[in-house]
Amino acid sequence: MSSKDSTKRTLIVAFSLCVVCSIIVSGTAVVLKPLQDANRILDRNKNILSAAGLFDPQSDGNELVAERFSQFSTYVLDLNEQRVLNDEQLEELEIDIESYDQRLVINDPKYSEALERQEDVANIKRRAIYPMIYVVAQDEEIETIVVPVSGYGLWGILYGFLALEGDANTVKGLAFYELKETPGLGAEVRNPRWMALWPGKKIYDEAGAVGLRVIKGKGRGDYQIDGLSGATLTTRGVDNLIQYWLGDDAYGPILAQLRETGL
Amino acid sequence: MSQVKQILLTPLFENNPIALQILGVCSALAVTTQLSVTLVMCLALTTVTAFSNLFISMIRNHMPSSIRIIVQMTIIASLVIAVDQFLQAFAYDISKNLSVFVGLIITNCIVMGRAEAFAMKNPPALSFLDGIGNGMGYSLVLIVVASIRELFGSGSLLGFQVLPLIENGGWYQANGLMLLSPSAFFIIGFFIWALRSVKKNQVETRDFRMAPHSAEEGAF
Repeated sequence: MSSKDSTKRTLIVAFSLCVVCSIIVSGTAVVLKPLQDANRILDRNKNILSAAGLFDPQSDGNELVAERFSQFSTYVLDLNEQRVLNDEQLEELEIDIESYDQRLVINDPKYSEALERQEDVANIKRRAIYPMIYVVAQDEEIETIVVPVSGYGLWGILYGFLALEGDANTVKGLAFYELKETPGLGAEVRNPRWMALWPGKKIYDEAGAVGLRVIKGKGRGDYQIDGLSGATLTTRGVDNLIQYWLGDDAYGPILAQLRETGL
Repeated sequence: MSQVKQILLTPLFENNPIALQILGVCSALAVTTQLSVTLVMCLALTTVTAFSNLFISMIRNHMPSSIRIIVQMTIIASLVIAVDQFLQAFAYDISKNLSVFVGLIITNCIVMGRAEAFAMKNPPALSFLDGIGNGMGYSLVLIVVASIRELFGSGSLLGFQVLPLIENGGWYQANGLMLLSPSAFFIIGFFIWALRSVKKNQVETRDFRMAPHSAEEGAF
């Protein structure tokens, strides 16, 4: 047995390799973390702005994001108690608005819950109990509300933001930032021409129920959106997520509160 | 000098890792719908192959043969994680598009194959160049595939609209198949066919010859 194959030598090589590699890996991770976090937040803010129609990813540069996003205030909701959390409650829940991300805690039982089959209209299995919403208000007058939405399409969950006008009823825009749908078919939910169908549509009918539907065929009037041809299941998924997230189990009651009493 | 040139250029056509050795096809299918994403993937893979070859070659004489493969994997995995972290910090949008495929460079057979076949037997500088050469061979195929897929699947190249799409008022009907992974199989197949038509020495000898139909006439 040559000296480099001895047990002692093997252990030394293995140990020193582990030390060197772990230093490299943890070093890059720690040093680059602030940049990565900044990127993640920039990306999220960009998605919120595009849903509200304030940002065009094709032509606008990243430097505009911070300035345009500064008009938004962030609020955290409690979907079970149907209320907007104040600073004290946030502290109690150990939620720091700057770094909190409801998608990162989706498996943490303290911040999320499993959904029963019959109430899980959007087919997402779990939901965050405390989602963040983003509001533009001027002198107590709400101008824009942006809420996160998600729902299962054909191949996976679609994640996006839905922007509403200050009346909490008229759609301002819907933009998906993450999906696994088929390119050219379901992934056309990201086509600007389809997204342009949304602004101006109404969500709640006279009875206060969710009246907005994504249907097959030509969408007519204030409450119908033309589904994507060749993407029946994605269309159904988008319809489901609208029914679920704007319905009574999710944002419905809070939006009704905002309509009546303001912030 | 000629040796350097040979190490760098042989993997392009003579001994292409994808076209001749048929390695690393998985990521060639997955990350070739957009040319910009492909370029970053090629850069990431070339970096990892070059540096893993370099480091493995540097310690090749101290490496106990019993844990050889594990040592190689550890070095490759550390490099891939570092590259992934860099992408997340400096090219966030593209790293989102690449998703798991940067991480999967760890299992890319080209990296492991070059470490085992070349870096274990050659000095560091040459091993580094071999990594670059094989990275370029991989990149060549991926760039060809991605150019074809993006051009015919989305009518654009590097995000610039070349063929105006019907959906946006143009004349080109995008080919949806090009956006799905199987199309890369066809394109790589055609690439290999073209390459072997020119370089006949790459054509493999037949494993077997199909016997002529032997049923007698009127047997049924």
